[in-house]
Amino acid sequence: MRAMRFVLPVAVFAVIAWFLMRGLDRDPREIPSPLIGKPAPMFSLPVTHDLSRAWTPEAMRGQVWLLNVWGSWCSACQVEHPVFNDLAKSGELPIVGLAWKDMPDNSIAWLRKLGNPYMVVVSDIKGGVAIDYGVYGAPETFLIDQHGVIRFKQVGPVTRDVLQNKVLPMVRQLRGS
Amino acid sequence: MRTPLAIISLAAALLGASLPWPAGAADAPAAASAPATAAPASPGATAATGPTDTGILGSPEQRARYHRLAEELRCLVCQNQTLADSNAELAADLRHQVENQILAGRSDDEIKAYLVQRYGDFVLYRPPMKSSTWLLWLGPFALLLLGGLVWWRVQRRSRAAQAADAARAAAEGSDLERARRLLGEQ
Repeated sequence: MRAMRFVLPVAVFAVIAWFLMRGLDRDPREIPSPLIGKPAPMFSLPVTHDLSRAWTPEAMRGQVWLLNVWGSWCSACQVEHPVFNDLAKSGELPIVGLAWKDMPDNSIAWLRKLGNPYMVVVSDIKGGVAIDYGVYGAPETFLIDQHGVIRFKQVGPVTRDVLQNKVLPMVRQLRGS
Repeated sequence: MRTPLAIISLAAALLGASLPWPAGAADAPAAASAPATAAPASPGATAATGPTDTGILGSPEQRARYHRLAEELRCLVCQNQTLADSNAELAADLRHQVENQILAGRSDDEIKAYLVQRYGDFVLYRPPMKSSTWLLWLGPFALLLLGGLVWWRVQRRSRAAQAADAARAAAEGSDLERARRLLGEQ
């Protein structure tokens, strides 16, 4: 019983410390998406560089690809852009851009300045498709498999670390199976 | 034994404040390598659309439903605000969705389900009771119960100690009396 006087406060302290430490590690901005493992929502949006043409994700059937939600107004998108430029150069993975709440002219000017890694860019001017994808801040990036199922979502910039250690290993696994 | 009680009540308060939400959800490894400037942005957060409805809802009941829903749904950009409070552009878009769906004759539950399907339980200010959230809902009560139990035990023990002290004092008192009696007799 004497020993309890010492052990109990230490145990309680350890429990509190554990919760607080875990709290430090968690990013409250990272909300687990309910869309992981679900079919990517269908849409049909105008192609940014040719607004008379419509594009749908159906075009990507049979391929593993990235859907990157960005906007010319988004500063964090500039951070990840070089990573996508390099990825496009390597030809490892097709990237589709979704210009979220962005005027096509602004999107095109931005891409001309910073490079265009996208195989196609579509314009979601009103933001309705982004809502279907549960987007709440740009950039957000979705990894979609051959069957059109969302496998992974990155909230915030895709860094080289995220690409090498999370996205590309998953891509290899998806292609292997 | 008074300290553990204080510590446990402190623990209860801290635990309540620090409980990660949603408790027990999939591991969310921190993107520690992301530069500080790289926080996700929201489109033109300056737009001051305000919490008011756009006026497309005709009846007072529809407007009341809209306001109640907007108070119960979370703005995902500014996470501690409701859709009604937030000036973020996404919140305005989502409020507009709520309005349109009310107009389309959808029920409150259907509208909430629409948002949960896209953004997860996090959009609900009142998270549903399920296996991943039972700790969130019941934790405070469990801690209260634990605190009460400890308090009760401490009380009982100190009362028992007091009774023992009193009994001993009484016993010693009678010894003294006896001694005095003996001495007096001498």
